[in-house]
Amino acid sequence: MDLLDVARGPALVFALTVFTLGTLWRLVTVLRLPRMTDLSAPREGAPSDLNAAWTGIWRGLWPRRAFGAAAMGSTINGYVFHFGLALIFLGYAPHIEFIRRITGIGWPALPDSVMYIASGFTIISLLLALWFRLSDPVLRTISNVDDWISWTVVFLPVFTGMAVMSGPSEAILARDDVLFRGPLAVHLLSLELLLIWFPFGKLMHAVWFGFSRAATGIRFSHRGVRI
Amino acid sequence: MNSPVFDRQGDEGDAERVDAAMRSFATDFGVTAALHMESCVRCGLCAEACQFYVTTRDPKYTPVLKLDPFRRAYLREASAFAPLVRALGLVKKPTIGDLQQWQELIYDSCNMCGRCTTVCPMGIDIAELVRNARHGMFKAGLIPERLALMDRTARQWGSPATPAEDLPDILAEAAQEHGVEIPCDLPAADLLFTAAPAELGDNTRALAAAARILHRAGLRWTMHQGGYDASNIGFNNGDVELQERLTRALVDTAVKIGAKTVLLPECGHAYGAARWEAARWYGAALPVRVVHMTEFLDELITSGRIRVSKVGATATFHDPCQIVRRGGLEAAARRVLAALGFELIELKDHGVTGFCCGGGGGVVSNQRAAPLRHKVFELKKQQVEATGAEHFVTSCGQCLITLEMGAKHVQWDRHPESLLELVADHLAD
Repeated sequence: MDLLDVARGPALVFALTVFTLGTLWRLVTVLRLPRMTDLSAPREGAPSDLNAAWTGIWRGLWPRRAFGAAAMGSTINGYVFHFGLALIFLGYAPHIEFIRRITGIGWPALPDSVMYIASGFTIISLLLALWFRLSDPVLRTISNVDDWISWTVVFLPVFTGMAVMSGPSEAILARDDVLFRGPLAVHLLSLELLLIWFPFGKLMHAVWFGFSRAATGIRFSHRGVRI
Repeated sequence: MNSPVFDRQGDEGDAERVDAAMRSFATDFGVTAALHMESCVRCGLCAEACQFYVTTRDPKYTPVLKLDPFRRAYLREASAFAPLVRALGLVKKPTIGDLQQWQELIYDSCNMCGRCTTVCPMGIDIAELVRNARHGMFKAGLIPERLALMDRTARQWGSPATPAEDLPDILAEAAQEHGVEIPCDLPAADLLFTAAPAELGDNTRALAAAARILHRAGLRWTMHQGGYDASNIGFNNGDVELQERLTRALVDTAVKIGAKTVLLPECGHAYGAARWEAARWYGAALPVRVVHMTEFLDELITSGRIRVSKVGATATFHDPCQIVRRGGLEAAARRVLAALGFELIELKDHGVTGFCCGGGGGVVSNQRAAPLRHKVFELKKQQVEATGAEHFVTSCGQCLITLEMGAKHVQWDRHPESLLELVADHLAD
């Protein structure tokens, strides 16, 4: 059993277990806290809670113009690496094959050229995000260890993934043996690191954002505020 | 770096203060507060939304940073991994030094205006979390002394302005001065009218203005010693017991005299406390309707119960945060201005994204925050001047006082005007 076997076997099982149980535990712990019912009379014409929740979720997609270029820049950069990560993870043929082997579910892949472009943009965008955090006085002041760990565990899989792209994905999938077992093991282990960290840090915002925006949407729609 | 500015109330030791704050913080972590504590990605966008950061460029005024001790309390006391966090010492328990240093950030440099809430991509209601945090600070006896003094007075009198037994005399004097009857303590009425503290002292003009309008509308109304001050200092200070007591005084008095409506003065925090939070303290849906003066004027004009003459000039409008951004009355104020014939020239930042006057959240009463407040005023002054409007109008007494103080400080020749008084001065036959 070499490092790749460990990464594909026990390490993957461990990472997925921590990811699943940790995420569920954190979610349940918060959602079972006391809920404060708003007993005040709603503003006339206030939407239903469901509509208000959707309004809140959609409202958070884009900053108002009043908040200027800095908010726009930060938002656009955020979208670039979020979409980039999604494209790479869900669109690259070897990733789809990896998921198919575990779950039995697969789908058509995107062309390799799209993957190269997405990887390039994602890496540049993540580096920009790091640079903002290091250079902006506000971001430097509010950052804590969670920010540095989270950035690292997101960057590593993308970076190590670039290192193991050893030719067209068709050729990679056609091979019976893995050409670079060591680098692939490192790539897989970096993904497992991300999965293990996910429930403990701010990467959980991928789960929280909908709940958080919805709660605010409900609070303010009730008052007749177009938040 | 300047040493932190803080006040202390009571004789408790440091450990007792920290424990009291932590106990209070822990009780405030309901599901919504917890979701909001969990969701922050520290993107820093809230800084550019905050008038204290925008006017000083000091990162310590970043809204989410103002929550830091509260965040630490959450991680140690209520989060999913709290036992692990405590056992491994992953997050330090706030110390008395942290809390003392924190006082300036959540009392002197936060208006709880919620502009940061509108920019947060995670939808975190930072202003509400600051208010939760103030509950713990009050319990710890760590609030600015000026606010504590007002709190003690309100606990004794039911108002930081005047004791209830003086109300009849104050109203009689105001009635005589302004030539309008202001009924007090009628045993039965349809509407209970309430005041803000300044209106019971230096600014009885607002009481008289409201009285003229209420008489013109032909309503059966009264003010009442049982519940007369709607400003609710407990709401701002973090004194939940006082907040509940003052809330109950208003609602119970209205019920006692058979009033169906509680009319709030031109006061922003009164609206937050009585319109949106009163039911929480009352424990059930309110048996009375709570109406802010702005929407009341809008309803009277729209329904034709009062008519106003046209002023025929240009005006700009300062949106009070608790009434507009956190209260939903953006359109109502503009309809009243339109009825008065004003051509409205909006401030660069207006409506939901308008900047606070700098006095909200008790900052107007907190003398030591005056230098910071004046910096924020400069921002508003520039925006008002850029409109070139002849009138500068708002619908919150606390905003009026803050803006007047700012204008006086820089010897600005503009004076903000009250929407209520404009309506009263232009009542048509």
